[in-house]
Amino acid sequence: MKQMSPMKKTLLYIFLFVGVIVSVFPFYWMFVGATNPSGEIFKVPPNFFPGTHGWENFTNLNENVGIIRVLGNSLFITLTFTVLSALICTAAGYAFAKFQFKGRNQIFFLLLVAIMIPYHVTLIPLFEIFSKVDWLNTFQAVILPQVAYPFAIFLMRQNMQSIPDSLLEAARVDGAGEFHIFFRIVLPVMRPALAAVAIFLFMFQWNNFIWPLVVLQSQDMYTMPVALSSLVGMSRIDYGQVMMGTTLSTLPIMIFFLLLQKQFISGILGGSVKE
Amino acid sequence: MSQSNVQGGSQVKAKEKRKRPKKWITPKTVPYIFILPAVLFFLIFTVYPVISSLLLSFQTRVGSDYEFVFLENYTRLFQDPLFYKSLGNTFLILIIQVPIQLFLAVVIAVALNSQFVKMKSFFRVAFFMPAITALVASSIIFMIMLDENYGLVNYLLSIVGVEPIAWLSDPFWAKVALMVAITWRWTGYNMVIFLAGLQNIPGSLYEAAEMDGASKLRQFFYITIPQLKPIFLFTFVLSTIGTLQLFDEPYILTEGGPNNSTLTITLYLYENGFRYFDFGYASAIAYVLVLIIGVLSWAQMKWAGEDK
Repeated sequence: MKQMSPMKKTLLYIFLFVGVIVSVFPFYWMFVGATNPSGEIFKVPPNFFPGTHGWENFTNLNENVGIIRVLGNSLFITLTFTVLSALICTAAGYAFAKFQFKGRNQIFFLLLVAIMIPYHVTLIPLFEIFSKVDWLNTFQAVILPQVAYPFAIFLMRQNMQSIPDSLLEAARVDGAGEFHIFFRIVLPVMRPALAAVAIFLFMFQWNNFIWPLVVLQSQDMYTMPVALSSLVGMSRIDYGQVMMGTTLSTLPIMIFFLLLQKQFISGILGGSVKE
Repeated sequence: MSQSNVQGGSQVKAKEKRKRPKKWITPKTVPYIFILPAVLFFLIFTVYPVISSLLLSFQTRVGSDYEFVFLENYTRLFQDPLFYKSLGNTFLILIIQVPIQLFLAVVIAVALNSQFVKMKSFFRVAFFMPAITALVASSIIFMIMLDENYGLVNYLLSIVGVEPIAWLSDPFWAKVALMVAITWRWTGYNMVIFLAGLQNIPGSLYEAAEMDGASKLRQFFYITIPQLKPIFLFTFVLSTIGTLQLFDEPYILTEGGPNNSTLTITLYLYENGFRYFDFGYASAIAYVLVLIIGVLSWAQMKWAGEDK
C-alpha cells in the first residue's frame, strides 16, 4: 500500500480530534456546572474548571426534588423492567425460533408491524387503562406497557436461530423437561445476546421520558428524566442543581459504558453491529 | 452413539407414558406457554391501545361521555394552522438535519477506518459517548451552553467577533439549536453503524481499483458509497422514524417555542392530549403520524428494492 503524506495524516488527526472534543466536551461542561455554584456557569469569561460546590448542589437538589428518592425510583423501575422484559422476550424469541406451531408466522408478523408503529399512538388509551384500574402515578404503570418489547423479541429470535436443533433434541432424549432446557441450556448459551438485549432494554427505560411524564404525577414517584424536566420548568432555575441532576443521570451509565464498551455499543445499537 | 440414543429415546417414551395423564407441558403446547406472557402483554398494552386510539380519533368528549363524530377530528386537523406548522417544522428538520447527520457520520467513519489511524477503539468510544445520554439530559446541557447572554457557545463566538445569537428565542435560530442538539446526540451512533458496514467491504475491491489507477476520491464514490447502500437505507429509515417522533428535545430545549417555531408533531399531540385533555383530537394526530411513518417507510423500502 502507498504511504499517506505526513501533511494529510496530520489533517486527518486534527479532524478526528476536533470531533472527539465536540463529542466529549459537553460532558466535561456538565461536570464543571455540577461542581460550581449556579451563577458560576454563566460567568463571562467562563470558568472552565471544576469547583468545590458539588456537595452543596447535591444536598440542595435533594431538598428541592428528593433526588435520592428519584434515583431509587429510576433504579427500581429500570431494573425490574429489564429483568421482566428480558425474560418474557427471550422466552418468546425462543419459541419463535425453535418451535413449529400453528399461528407462529402470523403472530410474528404482527410483532414486526408493531416495531414500525410509534409508541405515542398508545399513550392516550394507556392513560385511560391505568386510570380505570386506578394505577396512575404507580411504578407498575411505568414498567408494564413496554414489557413485551417487539424489537427485543425479534432480536432474541434472530440470535436463537443459531442454536443447533441437535443440542435441544439431545437434551429431550436425555429426558430433560422443556423448562429445564430453556433455563439450563438455552439461556447460558445465549448469554452474549442476552447481555446486549438487557443493555438495550435498560437504556430504553432509564431514558424513557414521555410516558413517565404522562403517568407520574407526584414528585416522590418521579424518575430521573421527569425530575430533571421539572427542574428546568421551575420559574427560578438553579443551574448548579440542574447540572448535578444531569450528572447523576449520566455518570452511572457512563461508567458502565467505559467498562463494557463492546457490549454497550452492540446493545444500544440493538445488535445491528456484530462484534 | 446412535444405538444408545435410540435406547434412551425408548426409555423416555416409557417414562412419558407413565406420566402422561398429569402432563400439560408437551412439545406441542410448550411454544404456546413460552409466547403466552409476551402475547398477553402485547395484546393488552399495544394491540388494544392501537385499536382504541383509532376509535377515539372518531370521537369527541361531550361532558363525561364520548360521542361518535365520524371524521370531525380529521377535518378540524386539516384546517388547523398549528398542525400544519408542526408538520412543517418536523419535515424541515427531517430534510435538513438527517442528511447532515448521516453525511457527518459517513465522513467520520471513513476517516476512522483509514489504515493510518491508530487508537481506533478510543475514537470509537469517544464518538459514541453522546449516544448513552438521556435525551432529556443532553437537551438540558445544550440549553445551558446555548444561553443567549451567558452561554458558552456565544462566548466562544464572541472571541472570533460574532455577535451574540439568540439561539433559543429567535424562531430561526431555535430550529438551528434543536438540530445542533440532535446532531450531537446521534452522529456517533450512526457513525458506528457505518464503521461496521465499512469493515464488511471486501478489501479486494479497493486493491483492484488501485491497480486500475483509480483515485481515492473515485474509490469513495464508486466503491464505498454503493457498497454502503444497505447501511444508508437502514440509518435513513431509523433517523426518519426518530425525527417524526421528536419530543424530548423540543420539550426541554424550547418547549416548542418561540412562537411555535419548534413545535413538532408529537409535541402537539402531547399538548392536545395531556394539557387540554382533548383525547379524540390527539388520537387523530397520532393516526396521521402512523400514516406518515407507514407511507415513508414503505417508500424508502421500495426505493431501495428497485435498484437491487
